[in-house]
Amino acid sequence: MGQRRRHDPDRGSEPPAVTTTQPPAPDDPSVPPPAAAQGVTPLRVKAAPRPGTWISAVIVALLVLGLVSFLVTNPVLEWGTVATYLLDVKVIQGVGWTLLLTLLSMVLGTVVALTAAIMRRSDNPVLRGVSWAYIFVFRGIPVYTQLVFWGLFTVIVPKIVVGVPFGPELLSFSTRDLLTAFWAAVIGLGLNEGAYLAEIIRSGLNSVDKGQTEASKALGMSNGRILRRIIVPQAMRVIVPPLGNETIGMLKTTSLVLAVPFTLDLTFATNGIANKLFTPIPLLIVAALWYLAITSVLMVGQHYLERHFGRGFDARTPARGGGRRSRQAAVNSAGTTPQNPLPEVEL
Amino acid sequence: MTNTPEQTRAVIAVEDVHKMFGDLHVLKGCDLVVSAGEVAVLVGPSGSGKSTLLRCINQLEEPTAGRVLVDGEVQGYRPEPLPDGRWQKLSSAQIAVQRSRIGMVFQRFHLFPHLTALGNVMEAPVQVRGLSKAAAEEKARTLLERVGLADRADHYPSELSGGQQQRVAIARALAMDPELMLFDEPTSALDPELVSEVLAVLKDLAADGMTMVVVTHEMGFAREVADQVVFMDEGRILERGTPEEVIDHPRSERLKGFLASVL
Repeated sequence: MGQRRRHDPDRGSEPPAVTTTQPPAPDDPSVPPPAAAQGVTPLRVKAAPRPGTWISAVIVALLVLGLVSFLVTNPVLEWGTVATYLLDVKVIQGVGWTLLLTLLSMVLGTVVALTAAIMRRSDNPVLRGVSWAYIFVFRGIPVYTQLVFWGLFTVIVPKIVVGVPFGPELLSFSTRDLLTAFWAAVIGLGLNEGAYLAEIIRSGLNSVDKGQTEASKALGMSNGRILRRIIVPQAMRVIVPPLGNETIGMLKTTSLVLAVPFTLDLTFATNGIANKLFTPIPLLIVAALWYLAITSVLMVGQHYLERHFGRGFDARTPARGGGRRSRQAAVNSAGTTPQNPLPEVEL
Repeated sequence: MTNTPEQTRAVIAVEDVHKMFGDLHVLKGCDLVVSAGEVAVLVGPSGSGKSTLLRCINQLEEPTAGRVLVDGEVQGYRPEPLPDGRWQKLSSAQIAVQRSRIGMVFQRFHLFPHLTALGNVMEAPVQVRGLSKAAAEEKARTLLERVGLADRADHYPSELSGGQQQRVAIARALAMDPELMLFDEPTSALDPELVSEVLAVLKDLAADGMTMVVVTHEMGFAREVADQVVFMDEGRILERGTPEEVIDHPRSERLKGFLASVL
């Protein structure tokens, strides 16, 4: 046993003499372990030989080099054309429309999803049922099919009439004037996205401890305020990371809006140029570079959102579960309380 | 509200309350009267229904039978039954108003983790009472000072010790100017050395004349502060009286056995 420990570099670097002198810190997991006591010389350690690490690194590096040289030297990729069209007006406009489509459809999707998620939690069976049916339909039909449908919406529903059911008409307008291809694309993408986000948001809302609702109720807060002020802000911490993923997914899904047809987005713009020049490959690279660039910007935004909604939580996470158990162990060992200090602990 | 001329006005009157969870009969007809300024301490073994009884008072649990009156006002229902004998339930908004007059402190604090200590205390006065932010902050700072945490106002709950969190929770409940306070095992989740700082705040409140119902296992606290000690077992109130009567001169074998295990 002792022999094995001496050969183990991880354990050997931390002599037992140092660990036993550390004072216990049961209630504060955020405190870093104290530095080695003064006068203690750490063991001098030589790392174990790891030939596999070096061999695999060389192989992978060679493969990457080969790929880079292929990308640079392959004439079919036409990097000159890529450079010419990377900042073309049509391409930049396409980037703008793609961004606008992404953001608007995500906003619509989030609003719809939050509504659907709250309806799913409702006591009202009608609201629960409608929410379930919405998720079932819009998650179950391919987004391409849905986009074609929204493109044909003005044919299916030419006129919208506001009035008393079976009574007089108050307002009537033609859908053709309202539902342009752009808005049809936003609604199509947004409603599809909402069905996915609804499940994400629902699990986020469910992740908030029930005690939060009880404490808010005990303060006399109304259900709406509890949701808005207490539950949703805490759920956001859980919701934002998958929401970021969904936004990046949406960025790429916008390339399907030609189904509507909406013809100004990045993919359609680069395809149009490619068809004119008979050079599809460099313009695919142009589109790919722009999608990557936008994704990078979105990732930065996600980072800040996560930081905003994570405030107050960071130090808490390690204290949960394990922290409470060790605290209980400390209580028991201290022996200052009755035999059974927690007869009615909620589990 | 009733206007009883006596000084010992009943703030809480629990009348023959039963509570069933499915087939589980948790409360089997409990009566409890707590007068203004009185401190009632509920003790009893695990699963005896103390916490459930406490939660019935502010409607976190709905009694299966019986009623709860706070300041003479029936909780959760219209004051009089309908002609057909049924009781008309209040709306959730009306129930929220009734709850806002009762402060509650939980075993596991349940502070809002996304708000600072100050934000936790300000939340209900701003959101429920409609107090201005400035007025609520001034009040919250006063209350945090009262529980000895003026210097922790800008800390998040995760940055506070258990005892500090529980004191913030007490300040949060006090911010609504409650007529009575309910404490559900306020020190059971604390390290032993942090228990006294929370009990000190409770004693301070009791000395200030706050009407309180406390579920606890701290028999020393019960002896020192309680006006009324209530012993519950298997959903029934078996004994009640002054600390001397209940703790020092138990009559039932159950209470004797319980005291032997906790003292």
